[in-house]
Amino acid sequence: MEAKTLFDKIWDAHVVRSIEDGPDVLYIDRHYIHEVTSPQAFNGLKERGIPVFRPGKTIATADHNIPTRDQHLQIRDELSRNQVERLSENCKINGIELFGLNHSKNGIVHVIGPELGYTLPGMTIVCGDSHTSTHGAFGTIAFGIGTSEVEMVLATQCILQPKPKKMRITVNGILQKGVTSKDIIMYIISEISASGATGYFVEYSGSAITSLSMEARMTICNMSIEMGARGGLIAPDEITFDYLRHLPSIPGIDDLKSSVSLWKKLKSDSDASFDRELEFDASLIKPMITYGTNPGMGMSIDGTIPMTEDKNKEASSSYLKSLEYMGLKPGMKLLGHPVDYVFIGSCTNGRIEDFRAFAEVIKGRKKATGITALIVPGSKKVEEQMAVEGLLEIFTNAGFEVRQPGCSSCLAMNEDKIPAGKYAVSTSNRNFEGRQGPGARTLLASPLTAAAAAITGKISDPREFLTDEITIKN
Amino acid sequence: MPKVKFDILESTCVPLPFENVDTDQIIPARFLSATTRDGFGDNLFRDWRYLKTGEKNNEFVLNNPKFSGKVLVAGKNFGSGSSREHAVWAIFDYGFRVVVSSFFADIFMNNSLNNGLLPVVLPEQLLMKLQNLIQEDPATKVKVDLDKQTFTIIPTGDTARFAINPYKKECLLKGLDDIDFLLSMKSLITGFETNKTS
Repeated sequence: MEAKTLFDKIWDAHVVRSIEDGPDVLYIDRHYIHEVTSPQAFNGLKERGIPVFRPGKTIATADHNIPTRDQHLQIRDELSRNQVERLSENCKINGIELFGLNHSKNGIVHVIGPELGYTLPGMTIVCGDSHTSTHGAFGTIAFGIGTSEVEMVLATQCILQPKPKKMRITVNGILQKGVTSKDIIMYIISEISASGATGYFVEYSGSAITSLSMEARMTICNMSIEMGARGGLIAPDEITFDYLRHLPSIPGIDDLKSSVSLWKKLKSDSDASFDRELEFDASLIKPMITYGTNPGMGMSIDGTIPMTEDKNKEASSSYLKSLEYMGLKPGMKLLGHPVDYVFIGSCTNGRIEDFRAFAEVIKGRKKATGITALIVPGSKKVEEQMAVEGLLEIFTNAGFEVRQPGCSSCLAMNEDKIPAGKYAVSTSNRNFEGRQGPGARTLLASPLTAAAAAITGKISDPREFLTDEITIKN
Repeated sequence: MPKVKFDILESTCVPLPFENVDTDQIIPARFLSATTRDGFGDNLFRDWRYLKTGEKNNEFVLNNPKFSGKVLVAGKNFGSGSSREHAVWAIFDYGFRVVVSSFFADIFMNNSLNNGLLPVVLPEQLLMKLQNLIQEDPATKVKVDLDKQTFTIIPTGDTARFAINPYKKECLLKGLDDIDFLLSMKSLITGFETNKTS
């Protein structure tokens, strides 16, 4: 039998039909929806007069366009309120389970999916959101789609999709103290650029990946899209199965033991071939930070902003335009640069481990004067866990305000905007122009680096704030 | 999803010679609260098109009366980032029918094809030549022939063949739609489900 990659195995098992010279008709096991990219798809079904084909396979939440304060009150912005209400109506009419605003299990779609047991190894998963790649951490084919494709899935539980090429990224070696999975993925993106994996689906492997927790793996897979990849996945293993064993329940699975024995087969054959292979050494990675307006423009925290060496006029003018937007110059160091805002949260770093890491640095210290911090849990469950573990108390004592769950300042659709010209160290995934508000200047980093900035008021090396006794979980 | 036809287009071009133009630039998130597909063109490239004061930014190409047309000539890695189809709706609603680049982000490419906006990939050198020609003479016209899969710079005669998935090409030429196609396969899909669970 032909050797296959994990990606091939899952993909091939979901092809309903291959169209000659065309895309495959791919069956979708799990469809997540949210308020922003679904209303037009529901409108489309209504215009055709057709129902949702398999409502039980779609799970909904409100996350992108909701406030993170006073969630019990009516949403102030009329358009946002209307959008959230439309989601509720559409779910009700079509019999779709909704973990909406004020639901005890509400949260960011890519945080609640895994924590509620809806994301399982071997699945095909889509959502009208590019960070759907997050779910690849469980050994799934998970990718973001547009609204027309959301409509396809609602109508037929299938999507027309050309099969992407395959890339394997192997990271071996031991991480230095203070280096997290966020730094691993930011390092990879800085090495291969924001478009370096376009056209590919990535499998991550190697000892530095397989030693990571599920939360840390989700951070890696989450940012696959930031190097252009369609998605990223990691073969499920004992760490994956343990995560699933500890969930209160898994919808649709009665006998986890027999499922696990099937999931154990989900790995690439040893002689399977990839279209492209890359290898990195984990021990070389330092805490990372971005200095430009795409995630490929990243460097180690103690690094110097590169001079542009590109002879291509277009590339070099884009590079300088980006630095000008950031108010930075080639040859500058970022250490010590003043910071105005810190954002910890998002589908990249809004899970319990991320807040534990943030707390390790914050504990016993105070927020720097002049820093505004947005601490936004990824879900209600994360928020509850923060209270149980005493993290809320640590944050409050240090002078921070903890918000209610949502996407918040990651894309700033709600009121959580960074003002023009201000610098924000952010644990989110995109440093695009205006991403966190018109004119906002985003510096992407890990929760540890964000914490170091929050207590010093400037860009600081998180390694200086970690004691040797404490080992940070990645 | 809309059913749009595309066959042959002759037009002048609007140049946007920047790399890595992401979908947040094409349509910022704060304009995504609408629940229909209409009207996004008003906010296309919003934060480049308007100054902080709300006035038009006269330095931005869309506000430059010299440039107009149905073909947007972009730089490398166009449409990266968010999967928001609103980016394509905004470009289409503004009046563009073709976007040219040397490299598109995957999701943007799919979204474009699903909305009748034709993404044309040109070799980098030809793209740069085209950018320069448009800057020198904004009246430079191009011809896009989907059936022949050719892109021609009319005054110079430079012609390049572009790739497109044959299925998608057929859909665009005939104005067909993926959902009708998928709906016609319902029994096959149900059969697949039965096999999967047994």
